[in-house]
Amino acid sequence: MAITSSILTVIYLPLAIVLLNSFNSSLNMDWPPPGFTLEWWQRAGASTGLLDALITSLVIAACSAAIALVLGTMLAMALSRYKFFGKNAVSLMIILPIALPGIVTGIALNNAFRTLLGMQLSILTVVIAHATFCIVTVYNNALARLNRMGKSMEEASADLGAGVFTTFRLVTLPQMLSALVAGGLLAFGLSFDEIIVTTFTAGGGTQTLPIWILNNMFRPGKAPIVDVVAVFMVIVSIIPIYFAQRLTAKEAKAS
Amino acid sequence: MKSNSGARVVAKVEPTLAHRISTKLYSKPKLRLQLLLSAPVTWLGLVYIAALLALLVTAFFTVDSFTGNLTPGFSLENFASLFTNSLYSTVTFRTIGIALAVTVVDVLLALPIAFYMAKVASPRARGVLVISILMPLWASYLVKAYAWRSLLSNVGIFAWLLRPIGLDTPGYSLLGAGITLGYLWLPYVILPIYASLEKVPSNLLEASSDLGAKTWPTLRRIVFPLILPGIVAGSIFSFSLTLGDYITINIVGGANQMLGNLVYSNVGVANNLPMAAAIALVPVLIMFGYLSAVRRTGALDNL
Repeated sequence: MAITSSILTVIYLPLAIVLLNSFNSSLNMDWPPPGFTLEWWQRAGASTGLLDALITSLVIAACSAAIALVLGTMLAMALSRYKFFGKNAVSLMIILPIALPGIVTGIALNNAFRTLLGMQLSILTVVIAHATFCIVTVYNNALARLNRMGKSMEEASADLGAGVFTTFRLVTLPQMLSALVAGGLLAFGLSFDEIIVTTFTAGGGTQTLPIWILNNMFRPGKAPIVDVVAVFMVIVSIIPIYFAQRLTAKEAKAS
Repeated sequence: MKSNSGARVVAKVEPTLAHRISTKLYSKPKLRLQLLLSAPVTWLGLVYIAALLALLVTAFFTVDSFTGNLTPGFSLENFASLFTNSLYSTVTFRTIGIALAVTVVDVLLALPIAFYMAKVASPRARGVLVISILMPLWASYLVKAYAWRSLLSNVGIFAWLLRPIGLDTPGYSLLGAGITLGYLWLPYVILPIYASLEKVPSNLLEASSDLGAKTWPTLRRIVFPLILPGIVAGSIFSFSLTLGDYITINIVGGANQMLGNLVYSNVGVANNLPMAAAIALVPVLIMFGYLSAVRRTGALDNL
């Protein structure tokens, strides 16, 4: 018990301090707080720049998760159900975007978008970049599920005369659904939080919530509002993770 | 009579387009595989692999110092300055040093925590612990780095706690950045080690002690070889993530720079994309070297 609580204290202390500081009446995050106030929460709520950044982040996370869901599922089905030449290369290609440092992904995509394709950096380029590294979370969840499911149900469905689409719709997809939801939620959370690849692919006009935090962190007098946004971000990113976790835990119990 | 009505039913079914495609696909598993792979492999290949290759090529380009335009060609100038420019080599070695230190410290911290979670804690506490450690893993990276900015500040909680006993906060320094990075990646290291420990059957530990081995030899000769892939998988995360980091060092590292800062300033302020590409290849080469070295341990399946 002592060990458990000390591990958790170390892990959660920094986050708890941010929560407390969002009510800290000092502008410089003085510790111990000289007093408490709700002013920063009110000011954050009234800021239109923040609201825009939040909407941008949500749109990017939703689009990236959607693309990752489709591509990740296709990859998982291909790699779990077939043997083919270059299989290892494909699986390496899927993990590479998270195995390589974010800055490499960021600068490579920045270079490709601007120099090779002549694209303007925008929300679209951020979505493409985010979807690329989100594929792996969906893929991992879907692959684990497909491997556990085995092929027998699909084969039975085919033996009973169902075509490939019918089998996918009525047999494969329903069994995969909770794994896909979990993978999609994780992808959403991953994209919502991402900062490094985002700074390289967003350009000047696109401000996500993490970029808003980064831009305001060093400005004098902004620290308390950054604390408020930080608390908010943790809450928003933890909710999808919590549900994804519950879905996975349920499945572990069932099996 | 019977066969007659059967024939009528069959005649009524007009095969739709979807039907025909489905029939065709059913008899051609290779075609199905190609269709499944086409979109994602095109995406990853066109967006990601092509971008990486282009980055590799760009590293050999130069920038015209008058116009600021890219000059395609094959020049080793950028790589030469990586070794001759003392700023670059200092920062490279500093970054590798921090990445190694953070990785070693994280593995040493993660081992007892993971062991406690997997083998000591009650099943109920285990579930709570796994979720509690997973949660901050996914909670915003930026927020956590920012949290350490308030902890390490001159007016923060560390200064408040440590000054009365004659110590001081590490402040915004390399040490501060190292501590923050260690905190950030700790869950990434704990989880693969925990996952591999969970797979070690407890009766193996009992068998070892029945045969007379003490705790330490059991850990070293039975447990350690079994969880090595998990340890390596965790170290890939902490090492790779530290190598590429430039945000944490900005937030809590004071004026110190890491490789990521040099890449960032060359893309932005200096507008020297080829130099940035050359610097960015340093962590890529280190990671490829590391990944190929650990391939045989099976760590890549533990990611």
